[in-house]
Amino acid sequence: MTTALSPRLTTATAGRVLRQLGHDHRTVAMLLVLPSALLGLLYLVYADVPTPPGQADAFDRIGLTMLGILPFVVMFLVTSIAMLRERTSGTLERLLTTPLSRPDLLLGYGAAFGLAATAQALVTVAVATTGYGLDVAGAVVLVVLIAVVTAVLGVALGLLASAFARSEFQAVQFMPVIVLPQFFLCGLLVPRDQLPDWLQAVSDLLPMTYAVDALQEVGSSTTATGTMWIDIGVVAGAALLALGLAAATLRRRTN
Amino acid sequence: MDAAVTVTDLVVHRGARRVLHEVGCTVPPGRVTGLLGPSGSGKSTLMRAIVGVQQVRSGSVTVLGRPAGSAELRSRVGYVTQAPSVYADLTVRENVRYFAALYGRGAAAADAAIADVGLADAAGQLVEDLSGGQRGRASLACALVGEPELLVLDEPTVGLDPVLRVELWSRFHALADAGTTLVVSSHVMDEAGRCDRLLLLREGRLLSDSTPAELRSRTGTDDLEEAFLTLVRRTEEVPA
Repeated sequence: MTTALSPRLTTATAGRVLRQLGHDHRTVAMLLVLPSALLGLLYLVYADVPTPPGQADAFDRIGLTMLGILPFVVMFLVTSIAMLRERTSGTLERLLTTPLSRPDLLLGYGAAFGLAATAQALVTVAVATTGYGLDVAGAVVLVVLIAVVTAVLGVALGLLASAFARSEFQAVQFMPVIVLPQFFLCGLLVPRDQLPDWLQAVSDLLPMTYAVDALQEVGSSTTATGTMWIDIGVVAGAALLALGLAAATLRRRTN
Repeated sequence: MDAAVTVTDLVVHRGARRVLHEVGCTVPPGRVTGLLGPSGSGKSTLMRAIVGVQQVRSGSVTVLGRPAGSAELRSRVGYVTQAPSVYADLTVRENVRYFAALYGRGAAAADAAIADVGLADAAGQLVEDLSGGQRGRASLACALVGEPELLVLDEPTVGLDPVLRVELWSRFHALADAGTTLVVSSHVMDEAGRCDRLLLLREGRLLSDSTPAELRSRTGTDDLEEAFLTLVRRTEEVPA
């Protein structure tokens, strides 16, 4: 493998990953339906909770955040398992002897699962805003954009995490390690300014914080704010960084 | 003519264990070279070093005039691992077309490679629904489609019925006649006689680098299995 990028080989790889996904009908169905179903459960949980005067509706706040967190979690898991299978089946070693470069391979995965994430986000956001009456002050298309960028971050971190997993058991356990601290610190459970200073500093370094902040910006502002664009840029930058690190940790010569 | 592969003083460690001990050999171009030896003798490790995915401790491997694993070699060298490394959740055709795309070839080349390994009738089947032998051939097609100058095949005939095995060996020779260099490993000695040249490995050491005829005359037996045993006995009598 070289490090030179080839759009043709990236596209071929993305097509191959999507074809693999296409043969697995149940996974496709789960990818499309699962986040909407979970969000529906959340909707029912909050259905009878009264909204105190002057406060935002709890489901609007939590449901909107979930539109970023759910695709992140799903794509992280799916990608880390897919990459681990590539490793254990010997196909990765074989790919490393072909003209495909490491960035081509990882970008191919990113593009394929990014597309899957877009389909998922379209379904989930459509169901949430029409079926569950989720109120968003800003443009719904921005919610979709943030969900997709956050899902791509999940893909990139999944690719990176799979490099450190020797088995499926390990890969699955990376999920809580990567996801839960980001979830606890992202500002949904406790507003970030009420966190201890050091935890707030940690949360400043976690990309999920920016995804959630971007969603809250869209939720409360009718126009796209500069803060929101910066947040999206930070999440996209973190995804690129993770992809770069994943490419760097992919060793061609192994023992 | 220059050798297609030159291995010089190659030492490979796996963990604390040394699996190749200063191995040196050459592979002639346009021939079928057999890499023979019992399981665990270092055949796969040597092949991985030739295709450039094995970490080596010392020594050198030169392939088609370049250091093994060079970027430039990746479109010229085909590698088929011992376990079929194809995507089980894709059809044969989808697998071969993907590898065809990686080598810059089209769908027609992919279909030809599938026909070459006798899988034309199974092209639309998922690899996970194929028999072990068919999977191995699907894996082979993914390497053939690149029309490599050097083809490295790790135990390609394991689990195949005798008829298919003979067919594959004649295919290997047809490829060699067309100019392709092949390195084929096997742990069955009756395949040794089908090779133009033989490298015998045992416990990470090269016992012999010769033609089957030379090996027979050197050991005074027509049976290559017996010849291998004779060589083992000779090396053990004279400790290095």
